[in-house]
Amino acid sequence: MTLAVAIALTIITAATPLLIAAIGELVVERAGVLNLGVEGMMIMGAATGVGVAIVTESSLLGVLAAIAAGMALSALFALMVLGLAANQYASGLALTIFGLGLSGVVGAPFVGIQREGIRRIELPLLSEIPVIGPILFRQDPFVYASIALVAGVAWFLWRTRAGLILRACGENPVSAHALGYRVLRIRLYAVLFGGACAGLAGAYLSLVLTPFWTAGMTAGRGWIALAIVVFASWLPLRAMLGAYLFGGLIILQLHAQTAGVNIPSQFLAALPYLITIVALTLIMAARRSAGRGSVAPASLGQPFAPAR
Amino acid sequence: MVKTGRSAPMLRAVCRVQARAGMTTQRRPLVQAEALTRRFGDLVANDAVDLTVYPGEIHALLGENGAGKSTLVKMLYGLLAPDEGRILWEGAPVALPDPTAARALGIGMVFQHFSLFDALSVAENVALALDDDAPLAQVAERLREVSRAYGLPLEPDRGVWRLSVGERQRIEIVRCLMQDPRLLILDEPTSVLTPQECDGLFDTLRTLRDEGRAVLYISHKLDEVRALCEAATILRAGRVVERCDPRTQSSASLARMMVGTQISDVRRSAMRDVSGPVRLRVSNLDLPSEDPQGTSLKGVNLELHAGEILGIAGVAGNGQDELFAAISGEAEAPRADAVVLDGAPVGHEGINRRRRRSAAFVPEERLGHAAAPRMSLSENALVAGHASNGFLRGGLIQRDRMLGWVDSVTSAFDVRKGPRDPEARDLSGGNLQKFVVGREILRKPDLLVVMQPTWGVDAGAASLIRQSLVDLAQGGASVLVISQDLDELFEIADRVAVIFTGRLSAAYPVRELTRERVGLLMGGADPAAAQPEMEESA
Repeated sequence: MTLAVAIALTIITAATPLLIAAIGELVVERAGVLNLGVEGMMIMGAATGVGVAIVTESSLLGVLAAIAAGMALSALFALMVLGLAANQYASGLALTIFGLGLSGVVGAPFVGIQREGIRRIELPLLSEIPVIGPILFRQDPFVYASIALVAGVAWFLWRTRAGLILRACGENPVSAHALGYRVLRIRLYAVLFGGACAGLAGAYLSLVLTPFWTAGMTAGRGWIALAIVVFASWLPLRAMLGAYLFGGLIILQLHAQTAGVNIPSQFLAALPYLITIVALTLIMAARRSAGRGSVAPASLGQPFAPAR
Repeated sequence: MVKTGRSAPMLRAVCRVQARAGMTTQRRPLVQAEALTRRFGDLVANDAVDLTVYPGEIHALLGENGAGKSTLVKMLYGLLAPDEGRILWEGAPVALPDPTAARALGIGMVFQHFSLFDALSVAENVALALDDDAPLAQVAERLREVSRAYGLPLEPDRGVWRLSVGERQRIEIVRCLMQDPRLLILDEPTSVLTPQECDGLFDTLRTLRDEGRAVLYISHKLDEVRALCEAATILRAGRVVERCDPRTQSSASLARMMVGTQISDVRRSAMRDVSGPVRLRVSNLDLPSEDPQGTSLKGVNLELHAGEILGIAGVAGNGQDELFAAISGEAEAPRADAVVLDGAPVGHEGINRRRRRSAAFVPEERLGHAAAPRMSLSENALVAGHASNGFLRGGLIQRDRMLGWVDSVTSAFDVRKGPRDPEARDLSGGNLQKFVVGREILRKPDLLVVMQPTWGVDAGAASLIRQSLVDLAQGGASVLVISQDLDELFEIADRVAVIFTGRLSAAYPVRELTRERVGLLMGGADPAAAQPEMEESA
């Protein structure tokens, strides 16, 4: 029983950074912008977050700095793809390469410095409940924040006018412009939000998961977050499902490896990717056969430059 | 007042009051454009254009495609900034930095190219165009009321991607009316409506006029303009060439002003011999629609003879798309002999195999279906014609032959374009339509199936396309025209059948038909019941 709880807890910690980054990118893509720089923004958040936390001895300031770093990088991206209508694919890839390199410089002074991770919040009484207590009510603030983000984004996109306008910009920027909406400004806000989320996800890695800095510590999580958005058909709740499925499989295959299952470890390590893709593809196929039309934002990845 | 969704009788009561008030006050222009000029590079789209629209008037804006009508109304709606000149609203100069500012003044616009969001629902599309932040449920309720009050039925929860062209247009119009506009700009609103729907729209517009609102009305249908409008401004090549009262003009004189030369009527021999062999036979075709919200075909029968033009009338969304797909081979028929082409059962054959049997197809959407927007005309010709045109040698593209083919299509069908081989999306609607129709006709097919051949096309281009269809039939080919434009069908078709909820009526010779009878069939009236009426009127 305690092993099961321990596994559940590790699954949540594995899934949370994926979820935070994915939910940010989901909003960006719903506005019609494809930012392939998630990995770069995430690792900049990780480097800046841990650096500022060490210097100021404040985890909170570290987190805020990580968010600011992610937003700064996304602002650079916005300048290229919105201001200059540059190709979004190339700009996003460049952003990832740039972020990976710059984070090495920013993080260099802090290599090897260990600090205490951000503590879990224990809700009194509730966290004493067996099994679900530790899982639901004894988590770090990021986990609660990620759940709140999913709920908030889902509510924003489908229950508010601003969310409707944002989706409209992703569907048909020309029509949205014709109706008088500032498409570029709306897309800018979305890109900045995505950058903030990626930075926050990076902070989770360097302030909670492994509370120190190593170069390249995101280890491809930004790319997995991007894949989760696509396979989740741009739906927040399904992105959460995807993140937890993926996080769960990573942890389970680790346990399978330590338990000495007679399968090559490389295959086990690849399994989470494979199963996540298969599962989410099946969901997408089911959705399509139910006649829900095209799932991707119609103008995703296409630059828009209004003529006046 | 439209906002609150008052019932139609109340609306009319209010109108009468306002109309009387309007008579006593002095006539002051609602909107004036003074010497508006707008350039796009070297092209002067609007050259010192003056326009004056009074409240309580339906003002026609006439001109060919490319004459500058869209540019002018876009400036009035705040979408384009004029290079020179100014706009006055009730006598005072106004700046219109964006459409929101225009809407705040009371200017509403229905676009020619729909500005709808396919992935969103009808209600969401409407909510996006409203400037107040009302909850969606409330928007849907108001939408229901307004659409009922003006006779433009709409289902708020439907996804737009499932709707026909005609239904989409309804959304645009209702969406505008919900903004309670004082000036309503309509860009070719009737091109996809049935006669009854048109009459309904005209009633709506007259109601709006009587309420003291102004309507700026762009149309190619000159009869409509003469019946509806009190004033007209005619543009040609970016300049105002004429102002007149269209009620005192004939359609021919209006057309002359627009084009600058005489438009020829479609020439056809009065009575074609249509007793030739049956070239296309569709028998007892049942076909479930691929779109869950589409219309399934039920027991469709038709026969098309050599040398005949058969018209299929009907309101959008009654199975036209499915019928076109079944005949062209985009959708596979359940039985091979459900579609018989020149005696051969082709129901299971794909589109290219049918093309090799000398059939040609022109779908409704010219951009995206008939032509790939971002490919050049020659590449589009290759993609559509490779089955029979021999542009390939050993798998390699014969670029010279392809360009030569584009040249021959563009010269035969008067396609006006800048560079020799532009991308399809760079052509205006009328010119692209001439290209996609011309591309098929020049192959000299024995069977041509064409859907909405002249939708959104100016009078000159429409006349050219119709003439070429008639000429093709007179040369012995069979032509199937699926169109919502009754005038067009009456002009060129030998027989007309009506499609309604996936069922096709019998085909009646045009000379035995009246518009009223076709209109009744389009609305689903029983043919037998419609028969005596027809005989009385005939």
